[in-house]
Amino acid sequence: MSFIDFVEGPLYYVAATIFVFGALWRVIGIIRIGRKKDISPPKGSAALGFFKGNLRHFFPRGIFARRTWLHIVGGYGFHLGLFGVLLFAAPHVAFISDRITGFSWPTLPRWGFIITAEIAFLGLIVLWVRRFSDPVMRLISDWDDHIGTWLTFLAMLSGCFALGESSVFLRATHMLLIDIWLIYFPFGRLMHAFTFFLSRGNTGATYGRKGMNL
Amino acid sequence: MSDQSRADIAVAKFLEHTDSEAASFFEACVHCGECAEACHFYLSTGDPKYTPTYKLQPMIRAYNRDKAPFSSLKKMIGLAPSKVTEEELLEWEPLVYDSCTMCARCTLVCPMGIDIAGTIRKMREGYAAAGMVPEGLQSAAEYVEKTSSPMGVTIKALKAQIAHQEKACGIPIEVDKQGADYMAIFSSMEIMGYPEVLGAYAKLFKKAGVSWTISSVAYEATNVGVQIGSAPLAKDILQRVVDAAEALEVKHVISPECGHAYGAIRWAGPNMMGRQFKFEVVHIIELLDKLRREGKIPAGKKDGRRMTLHDPCQIIRRGGLLKEPRSLLDDSCSDFIEMKGAGMASFCCGGGGGVSANPRAEELKTAAFGLKAEQLNSVENLETVVVPCANCRTVFEDGLDAYELDLEVIGLSELVAETLAED
Repeated sequence: MSFIDFVEGPLYYVAATIFVFGALWRVIGIIRIGRKKDISPPKGSAALGFFKGNLRHFFPRGIFARRTWLHIVGGYGFHLGLFGVLLFAAPHVAFISDRITGFSWPTLPRWGFIITAEIAFLGLIVLWVRRFSDPVMRLISDWDDHIGTWLTFLAMLSGCFALGESSVFLRATHMLLIDIWLIYFPFGRLMHAFTFFLSRGNTGATYGRKGMNL
Repeated sequence: MSDQSRADIAVAKFLEHTDSEAASFFEACVHCGECAEACHFYLSTGDPKYTPTYKLQPMIRAYNRDKAPFSSLKKMIGLAPSKVTEEELLEWEPLVYDSCTMCARCTLVCPMGIDIAGTIRKMREGYAAAGMVPEGLQSAAEYVEKTSSPMGVTIKALKAQIAHQEKACGIPIEVDKQGADYMAIFSSMEIMGYPEVLGAYAKLFKKAGVSWTISSVAYEATNVGVQIGSAPLAKDILQRVVDAAEALEVKHVISPECGHAYGAIRWAGPNMMGRQFKFEVVHIIELLDKLRREGKIPAGKKDGRRMTLHDPCQIIRRGGLLKEPRSLLDDSCSDFIEMKGAGMASFCCGGGGGVSANPRAEELKTAAFGLKAEQLNSVENLETVVVPCANCRTVFEDGLDAYELDLEVIGLSELVAETLAED
């Protein structure tokens, strides 16, 4: 078995399995801890608050924008760019269609991929530079933050190198990094991609019961 | 109590209070540091240690070590965080008690919507159980055990204040009236510092035609147990009010112009007692707004002074009463103007959550008030600030003095009573 066959075959399936079951284990584990039922008479709907809380925190509040603009720019740039590349880069659509969904969808043109990837890179670099240059960020950051950032950065970078699909080695390197990223994902803070809805939702539900319009 | 056991007690309480809500917060935090940009203690000092999420670190460590979904696996391979020690807990104690007013401004900026204020409240349970509580708060708790009031206000002192107010407003105030519509409770600071609120209630409720009373055994609204983080003490304090209200068979208990008291009885109360009450809890602002809308306390001549409103965090941001005070002010004041940044994201006074009862935090509290002073300075020719929280009022009086601002501080109930339509 060649290296490319290994990273796109057995290793990929192992990584994807760890990713799916690890993420499920962690989310279910959080929910299973449980919570006492709130018996104070409600003034509004907790369920509606759960969804409103999730939607509200997608959008930054204007009052904080002056102090947090760098994070807003970096955060939005990185996440929008990443999802753009992940879901609309031609090789990704082909891979997902072949291995997972069985159907494909329109892809980004090459120039579109380059712009989207640059936005993602700039965003990630802004977030990373802020992490080691800002005193607050230095104090609260740990090895998990740095590993998550580096893995994501290297996975994206290797993906750009592999874009031309001219080198099997480059494609295999990209796939290997993706496999490592998938294996690491459920154990670190990358999991915020799935846990955010619980966090925002719980606060939204509490505020919703109080009849508050956030 | 040995050193190790103090840490063990605190950690056990941390874990007990880490429910799925707190766990979701710990799991979702991406260490983005945005919460610092909302915290009045960080903004006024620039010290990174006041970053709200950092204040939670010992509790997060305990969770990651002993309760998180992969904690067993991480322990097995030696990747679990180390045990939380007493030294660390003591190092964090001023962060947990002196530099968090549980104002929840950080939740608004957090991209994950993490309720850090509510989690600090849970974290304080661990500190209180381990006996690691600031001296000022501990003394307040001792006063409560002796007299039911954190300031040692006795029924004799309350009755003297009632008599003064009856004389001043010419309306009798009935104590222990069986079957009254409303039973009012007050913070000690209102009773001793701003007793005119008693006269204001008498005037307003006489006009509205509703019956009300004050219990001679449960007149205190302040819940030091909530501030310290001691659920058993908080429950004991609450039990007195619940027992008195149910014995008097009142229909409602009025929570006063006091921030945390409202959350303690309205939202946390039934959960602490494990049952719903036989009465409804209503905040005085909520009640006055309702009576106003029903036409029972019509507004008369408006106060012409230039006024603004301070938004007490526990009433507005965490209590949900954003519109009601503004609606009352629109009717009572002809020159009302909002401060820059007023409303949901307004700055805390700096003394909530037990900080004002903690002398060790005095300097920090005054520094944080600087941001409130900036907000006040954003209004030209301001004469008066309406502060519908007795604790905030005391902080304002100290803060205005420290920042040399010449403003009158008044309560909302008094203003509404003063601007009531004449018969």
